[in-house]
Amino acid sequence: MSTTVATETAQTHAGAHTEDTGLWSWVTTVDHKRIGIMYFLTSFFFFFVGGLEAMLIRIQLMRPENAFISAETYNQMFTMHGTTMVFLVAMPMAVAFFNYIVPLQIGARDVAFPRLNALSYWIFLFGGLFINSSFLFGAAPNTSWVGYANLTSLQFEPGRNVEFWIIGLSILGISSILGGVNFITTIINLRAPGMKLMRMPLFSWMTLVTSFLLITAIPVIAVALILLAFDRFFGANFYEVTAGGDPILWQHLFWLFGHPEVYILILPSFGIISDVIPTFSKKPLFGYPVVVYAGILIGFIGWGVWSHHMFTVGLGPIADSFFVASTMIIAIPTGIKIFNWLATMWGGAIRFPTPMLFAVGVVAVFTVGGLSGIMHASAPIDLQQHDSYFVVAHFHYVLVGGALMGLFSGLYYWFPKVTGRLMSETLGKWHFWTTMIGFNLTFFPMHFAGLFGMPRRTWTYQAELNLETWNQLSTVGAFIFGFSSLLLFWNLFRSLKKGEAVDPNPWKSGTLEWSIPSPPHHYNFPVLPEVRSREPLWDDAERAEVEAQTLMEPEQEPVMPSPSFWPMVVAFGITLTWALIMTGIWWAPLAGLAFTAYGIFSWAFQPAFR
Amino acid sequence: MSQAAATAHDDHHYTSTGLSSWKVGFWTFIGSECLFFATLISTYMVYKGRSITGPYPGEILDIPLTSVSTFVLLMSSLAMVLGLDGIQRGSKRLTLIWLGAVILLGATFLGFQVYEFNHFVHEGLTISTNVFGSSFFVLTGFHGAHVAGGVIWLSTLWILAARGKLTSADSLKVEIAGLYWHFVDIVWIVIFTLVYLIQ
Repeated sequence: MSTTVATETAQTHAGAHTEDTGLWSWVTTVDHKRIGIMYFLTSFFFFFVGGLEAMLIRIQLMRPENAFISAETYNQMFTMHGTTMVFLVAMPMAVAFFNYIVPLQIGARDVAFPRLNALSYWIFLFGGLFINSSFLFGAAPNTSWVGYANLTSLQFEPGRNVEFWIIGLSILGISSILGGVNFITTIINLRAPGMKLMRMPLFSWMTLVTSFLLITAIPVIAVALILLAFDRFFGANFYEVTAGGDPILWQHLFWLFGHPEVYILILPSFGIISDVIPTFSKKPLFGYPVVVYAGILIGFIGWGVWSHHMFTVGLGPIADSFFVASTMIIAIPTGIKIFNWLATMWGGAIRFPTPMLFAVGVVAVFTVGGLSGIMHASAPIDLQQHDSYFVVAHFHYVLVGGALMGLFSGLYYWFPKVTGRLMSETLGKWHFWTTMIGFNLTFFPMHFAGLFGMPRRTWTYQAELNLETWNQLSTVGAFIFGFSSLLLFWNLFRSLKKGEAVDPNPWKSGTLEWSIPSPPHHYNFPVLPEVRSREPLWDDAERAEVEAQTLMEPEQEPVMPSPSFWPMVVAFGITLTWALIMTGIWWAPLAGLAFTAYGIFSWAFQPAFR
Repeated sequence: MSQAAATAHDDHHYTSTGLSSWKVGFWTFIGSECLFFATLISTYMVYKGRSITGPYPGEILDIPLTSVSTFVLLMSSLAMVLGLDGIQRGSKRLTLIWLGAVILLGATFLGFQVYEFNHFVHEGLTISTNVFGSSFFVLTGFHGAHVAGGVIWLSTLWILAARGKLTSADSLKVEIAGLYWHFVDIVWIVIFTLVYLIQ
């Protein structure tokens, strides 16, 4: 098929072209699908980096008073594990799906700003490499992913560790804000005719909500980091107690960002399984509008719960009570979603291929994490659990069981759209069950270890505390979980070549992305399709209409934005500017800024369409 | 040109809202900037009156002087409106006059800020003196950096217009630069009120 298109194109229009191949075409690409693939591969790489850090932590904790790694290395490991998994794995892997899937779901040819999209990717890559380059200097960040002031002050951390962290996260934040702007604009403005907001697939909806959280929450941590940078590099007093500064300000700013961030991590996964569960239950999503509104409500209430991370600070009974109440209230829209997924499955013709297994796994495991969340929504109970392994168990249940497993569900679900091939079901089932067993064996015992007094972020523990059994169970579980990730890697790699080749809609899904060829043409849609319902492919008459538009061979290919390497140059300039702050020479960042400005001007004067 | 090509061309301009994506995207970005400045302003407010050593705001902030620079910045917004009107009418002369006025007024505001910063340092207020110094310089400094960015942006548009490469067909570019400029102005109104007027 692609050869026919190629010949026709060559004859009709010299400017339009089928996709280029080769490394340079990937470096300069502005195609949302390729950028999505690059986001995925990069975040998948960091997934193994973060996983390796987790394994070192588990080996260290396997025995009491172990000295497998030093206390200083341990600090670096848990800090980089958290930072990596949040900022370099869970967020960008969700963005990989935003990129590849959202334009296809809403019937767009690309995102609203394709070059800006490439810029987001390159900033993410350079930022991720920058923060990890700290290992080369033996100065990886070591003050935990929450970086509480004034542990991060020059007085207590004179080394470069904290500076790598401040600058790395600041760089990554730019990528997230630009990505958020891009996806909000894309979803608001580039929906195909008839694709009303209340007809959008849930994944696109949750992408929209997540993007709003990104553009609003990231600036808050950006300021918190900038203030810290001013303290460290220019002698400001924001978190300096002796000058009247207040370290609690950091906690407020960090969690004001940090709690919406939790929903940034979880909502994409909710969106994915809200698309997967109806497909494999052969029923439309139960209570679609309610699921949408619940997602929006989570986005709003997520802004009013931050101080439940700070019950031990001593903010007073009134503030604590407010945050107890708001935290318990946010369980309501979350619970609504859970019941809607259950009701969708109820009475459906359920099939259990791997994507559905992971989706149902999310519903089960996330609920466990949600329930322990409600437990420490209560301030008095939280006082007992704060900074213990109980909390570690809780947030791994929601972030691994909820967010990551949802992304795995999406991976198995959309892999055939990206490659035209199915992933191996046998390996997939092995992957699912080793994940479930390994995950639960790792994190369930942590509830007990925590309640029995095991503190977080502590290098080792005494034998007399009787914590060894719980820790050994966790370590065994971690090895099984680690092994399951290797199965996933093998399955992905193998299925690229040997997966069963399938037609455009192997799961018989109802949404628009399944109406186009797999893999899609670089222009996605020959003409903008018209839709009349939420599941256009589930109604025979509408499917015929839609496929007449989406599967047609255009006489002439739509003109797509031209490739550009300026996004990469600008991303490099931004990274350079931030990195040069570390030199302490006041004009050095200005040199980086000049380089960035050169890139921006060259970009602005390069036409988007050749 | 074939009909398919004509359709493809139309598809490029199709948007669900009928608005340009540039406008929607830029408004979204401004939303993000609001949170950025809100956080900086909140930090200033939290630290109000918590400095242990002087100079304190009341001793050093010069309301008459800053009123003048505020007036200059507000007038630049008026010039921005007239500049947009100029390019929408297709008048190169009006575009150049009014955009030029915005640039000059913006640069004047920055001049006032440079003078103010310099003066404060001589009076003994630096970023490390107290929490007032830290939060004041970072807040107003980031605002100043936004003004400077706007001046560079508008200067680029001015040069393009002078060369005849920015015509009424490109008025959206001026409109978006205008959105940014008005936003930066409004932020200053908040800063001027909270930092200078209500001490």
